[in-house]
Amino acid sequence: MSSYQLDLLSNLGINILLALSVYCPMATGQLSVGNAGFMAIGAYVSAILSVHVHLPLFPSLIIGGIVAGVIGALVGFPALRLKGIFLAMATLGFGEIVRNFFMNFLTPMTGGAYGFRGIGNIPISISWIWGWVAFFLIFFYFLSRSRVGLAMMATHDDETVSELIGVHIVLLKVGAFGLGAFIAGVAGGLYAHYYLYIEPEFFNVWESIHMVLYVIMGGMLTFWGGVLGAGIFTVLPEFLRFLKDWRGAFFGMVIIALMIARPSGLITKEMMRISFWIPYRKGERA
Amino acid sequence: MNQTPLLHLSRVSKAFGGLLAVNGLSLQVSQGYIYGLIGPNGAGKTTVFNLVTGVYPCTRGSIFLEGVDLTKLKPYRIARLGISRTFQTIRLFPNMTTREHVLIGQNFLSRSQLGSILPFWGTEEVTLENHAEEALRLLGLWEVRERKAVILPYGIQRKVEIARALAARPKLLLLDEPTAGMNVRETEDVLNALSKIHDFGITILVIEHDMRVVMGICDHIFVLNFGQMIAEGSPMEIRKDEQVLEAYLGREE
Amino acid sequence: MFIQQLFNGIMLGSTYALIAIAFTLLMGILNMLNFAIGEVFMLGAIFGLTFVHLGLSFSIALPLAMICTGCACLVIERFSFRPLRSAPPLVPLLSTIGFSILFQNITVNLWGSERSQFPQWMEPINFSVGPILFSLTQVVILALAVLLMVALDFFIQRTRIGRGMRAVAESLETACILGVDFNLIILMTFFVSGALAGGAGILFGISFAIVSPFMGMEPGIKGIAAMIVGGMGNVRGAIVGGMFIGIIEVFSIAYLGSAARDFAVYGLLFLALLLRPQGILGVIQPEKERI
Repeated sequence: MSSYQLDLLSNLGINILLALSVYCPMATGQLSVGNAGFMAIGAYVSAILSVHVHLPLFPSLIIGGIVAGVIGALVGFPALRLKGIFLAMATLGFGEIVRNFFMNFLTPMTGGAYGFRGIGNIPISISWIWGWVAFFLIFFYFLSRSRVGLAMMATHDDETVSELIGVHIVLLKVGAFGLGAFIAGVAGGLYAHYYLYIEPEFFNVWESIHMVLYVIMGGMLTFWGGVLGAGIFTVLPEFLRFLKDWRGAFFGMVIIALMIARPSGLITKEMMRISFWIPYRKGERA
Repeated sequence: MNQTPLLHLSRVSKAFGGLLAVNGLSLQVSQGYIYGLIGPNGAGKTTVFNLVTGVYPCTRGSIFLEGVDLTKLKPYRIARLGISRTFQTIRLFPNMTTREHVLIGQNFLSRSQLGSILPFWGTEEVTLENHAEEALRLLGLWEVRERKAVILPYGIQRKVEIARALAARPKLLLLDEPTAGMNVRETEDVLNALSKIHDFGITILVIEHDMRVVMGICDHIFVLNFGQMIAEGSPMEIRKDEQVLEAYLGREE
Repeated sequence: MFIQQLFNGIMLGSTYALIAIAFTLLMGILNMLNFAIGEVFMLGAIFGLTFVHLGLSFSIALPLAMICTGCACLVIERFSFRPLRSAPPLVPLLSTIGFSILFQNITVNLWGSERSQFPQWMEPINFSVGPILFSLTQVVILALAVLLMVALDFFIQRTRIGRGMRAVAESLETACILGVDFNLIILMTFFVSGALAGGAGILFGISFAIVSPFMGMEPGIKGIAAMIVGGMGNVRGAIVGGMFIGIIEVFSIAYLGSAARDFAVYGLLFLALLLRPQGILGVIQPEKERI
């Protein structure tokens, strides 16, 4: 496989992880537009650990993820008070604060705005990335079929009623927020150790917005939606090379058109049930 | 009725700004009976439900469940103590099937929430699944258990709400106009179900406008008007009570 | 020094205020967050500079560019608002994100991505009043910004259409019953919003000597922040919020160094949302849950 194709596959894997990191809080009704910030935390923490503390890869990744996750849970508590656009703006603001933090602090270790070079000598193998992708896909599969997944869906649909039937809203929402942050942190760590170079500018608002786009365009109600969205947004540009510099305009138009034609995203909840795919038997009404 | 009451409201008041929706209300509900809560529109009946389940805090007064003070507890704690309810306007989850509604209703009873899908957590989950089936069959919902709940006919949706509340095996079941908008056959179904629920030992408090339901099934009735209790007693007593008639029919000038 | 920085803050704040008004008009009247306003802001500067390059004088180029950006906003209405009236609010927002990407990409391709700047507008005369130093250009720009705000306030308070807008903002049902031409209101709101954003873009471009396809991204986000901090749906709140953020930004650069700038602004937004989400001039909407 050419190194170009490898890069594409690893981008795809990381984007899938990022989509899952946005899907997780969204499944409890929380829109987070700041996950690039958690990605940055994971990237920088794991890079610092492996370069300056000489930790092996796996612990660096995990600790990077955990730091991101803990900060996510901490942010998740005050976030409980905010809904909709207020939450989106607060998370956006948070993401920018994080980016600024890495531009101005810890600079002797990280190079600040000039970037963090030399995160290892060889990029990690792509199976690291896809191993994590597989892990989280299996995790979300089981989660979606468990009682916790059911509680998340209830919280997403109607928080008030959920609380009245005994669902522990606070634990669920903060937990989902923190878990999403953890996943984004791991994705950041993987990114750092694959490309061997990071700078704060990579983790900007538009990255956060792209992740949200993957999930919303692909379908918000199931974790496969974000996977599909990430897939389309990562791979499709390669097939549209003939558009050259106009690919951005094309994607803008795709988004606009999709929102008119299919606002709930490409994958709906119905598609997840087998009954959706079975053609009608004779005599059955639609 | 002389053991510790199951539910005890003690001089409960609730004010919304200047409006006193509930005014110094005291009542007791004993375990094992079916109670009716009636009164004209705006009398404060649903507000009472909201206060008991913790949706609003009481402005004054206290509410006790088996002696436990509910006043400062969050709604999910109150639900887990054994109070379940349905709603005046149906509030189902738009993306769940009937069966999933019952499952989520009993969710907090499960100790192994994350592992509920894996085989070796089996035994407790099997018990819960059996309970879920019971609730579904009781309300006649077994055939539609895999259908998405919100597209079902109105009368069946109300039954789904009841099944969801029942799935939690509550001590006290609060039903807010459970037969509203139903035809005669559906109303009878609900009455039969309530009767069976009562046989399980579950205490029921039902808000109703349909007098046939109230008179037919309730052991004891509370009558509210303007946030206060104007009468209580057996169906026979209430039917003849002058103040009740006045509240519903107006005073003859 | 302090007064000088305050003046600079007011200069910056007035452009943020105009963008915030553009956001808050759509939010208050039509309950829609138009993410593309930042790019409309950018288009204002681009159109303005193009017209100046084509030989038009500033006093024609500016209003003409504002009309163009007003029309650009009408395009957004056609695709992001009209067909999505009954969709949940997230959907139109996403659609405007699509427009944001579209506008920026078209501009990069047709205009180029290097930074550019407006030619000299006025004589480079400088004044000093007490401790403040400023140029004629700055005075004129500030005056224009204030003029736009006053004109808008007048428009909303005194004209028939403005009254219609306020009626719709309060209650759509009542407004329609009273015979307000809702379709006209929608179009006017989008047009005015776009024109204001475009005007802000030109003023910003001249003030800070920068015109590029990427100039709208940060001001756009700060405009949303200003709208929230000042109180959503409230024109005066937008002005207050914009000024606030502009002043905070300038002061944080002056006294804490340029590194602190974004910290201060986004930190303020974060705190505001936590402590007083309804904004400075906003009113808490009691969440009456009908159970």
